[in-house]
Amino acid sequence: MQQFLDTTLGGLVLGAVYAAFALALCLIWRSTRIVNFAQAAMAMVTTYIALSLINADVPYWVAFMAAIAAGFGLGAVIERVIIRPVEGKAELNAVILTLGLFMVLHGLTAITFGVQHRGFPAPVGTSAISVGDTSIGITPFGILTIVVVALVMAGLVVLFRFTDLGLRMRAAAFNGEVSRLLGVRVGRMLTLGWALAAAVGAVAGMLIAGGDLVNPAFMDPFVIYGFIAAVLGGLDSPLGSVIGGLILGLSLSYVTGYVGEHLAPLVALGILMVVLLVRPSGLFAAAAARRV
Amino acid sequence: MFAVEDLSAAYGPVKALNGVTFTAARGQVTAVLGANGAGKTTLLRTVSGLVRSTKGSVKLNDKDITRTATEKLTSYGLSHVPEGRGVIAELTVTENLRLGGLHRATGSEPMPVERVFELFPRLGERREATAHTLSGGERQMLVIGRALMARPTVLLLDEPSLGLAPRVVAQIFDLLRGLVQTEELTVVLVEQNARSALSIADHGVVLNLGKVVASAPAAELAADEQLRHAYLGF
Repeated sequence: MQQFLDTTLGGLVLGAVYAAFALALCLIWRSTRIVNFAQAAMAMVTTYIALSLINADVPYWVAFMAAIAAGFGLGAVIERVIIRPVEGKAELNAVILTLGLFMVLHGLTAITFGVQHRGFPAPVGTSAISVGDTSIGITPFGILTIVVVALVMAGLVVLFRFTDLGLRMRAAAFNGEVSRLLGVRVGRMLTLGWALAAAVGAVAGMLIAGGDLVNPAFMDPFVIYGFIAAVLGGLDSPLGSVIGGLILGLSLSYVTGYVGEHLAPLVALGILMVVLLVRPSGLFAAAAARRV
Repeated sequence: MFAVEDLSAAYGPVKALNGVTFTAARGQVTAVLGANGAGKTTLLRTVSGLVRSTKGSVKLNDKDITRTATEKLTSYGLSHVPEGRGVIAELTVTENLRLGGLHRATGSEPMPVERVFELFPRLGERREATAHTLSGGERQMLVIGRALMARPTVLLLDEPSLGLAPRVVAQIFDLLRGLVQTEELTVVLVEQNARSALSIADHGVVLNLGKVVASAPAAELAADEQLRHAYLGF
């Protein structure tokens, strides 16, 4: 029972991070129909920016905000400068570009910051909380992770459901030409979509790095896991991305806890295969009626 | 008043519009008729800047709006309802309407969504439905209602009758006729269904291969048997 509780809590924390990452992929997919393979590398860059600030004695939360701002700027610049010229061309062009960007960002970070592992601080404790004599399998930082991801999600729901800006962004993503005819500045909305996604990615990067070691490759597993979570939930659905993230986090945590850590990546790929075979549009995709 | 003068456009080497000139008077319906491929849709798309004009001008209340960015036109009071009932299928009826009101004609009062529901009670009943669940007629009502949310003075409609049952077409055209009077709209109605269009239009312009071949009061066009046989198919 104790082990079940521990692995479940651990899985929820892991799942929250996957969810945040899948959410970032989903935002870009919705706005520009591109799977952004550079997402993890972009988050890695912003995390390194935060680390440099923290090492220069900037308070943790200020560095956290700086990472989000850097992500926002990086996302906007990448969409405007790199992605925009290939928009409307074959979709593969943009995907290959994001793969190239992944490698460029990787290389530049290694040149700038070195490839060695560095410790990344956490704003709260990273050892398991104890109730009485028994320790339960969650850390204060784990709780913080869940809270932050929940806040990000709530913020996005409010933005897309209840604000005019969110309505414009959704419209621009779903039907660019009609949106332009209605006066929406579609290009600007797409840039904003990428900026927002990269900001969410930056948050995920900070939560993954906290209390752990970072090197330029530390986000790489998330290229795969975030993608699996997003596909699991349906790339189109923000809610699906979150649930997909949680399902993946819990599954991997149970596999790690009960079977063995080395099996986790295999199980993740197994899940991806089953989803693509059985329900390729994802568990929560809004059915095939969409593109009418 | 809405005036197009000597407007030309091309898709590569193919001239799709060749010096089109006509005026649409305020408070009137001007029907633009012609066979498939005559250049009707291209005409509207060129006016809206979706296709680049190679020559000529477009004037809206004496203001030159040729080559204005598409996104700015609603603020000048020009709304274009594209062919194929361009609802945003993923958004609800109310969201589609709200979107239409976000970028309205400069200086105009916002239009309450409820006003559209009064004009189209059917939309009111389905206000929370996602647009892809609507019938063809409901979609056409939605895009017209959405265009009205921007408080236009000029409304460009591309084939609103396409794929609709004759009864639904009659209903929508009746509503349109009423709107022209109550809202003082200038309507440019592109139609392949010439008979229905002429029944509500004040003026008609006939296009063939990108050129104007006739421009006359609607009743006159409808009475011209030779023209009807040659270009209008009835």
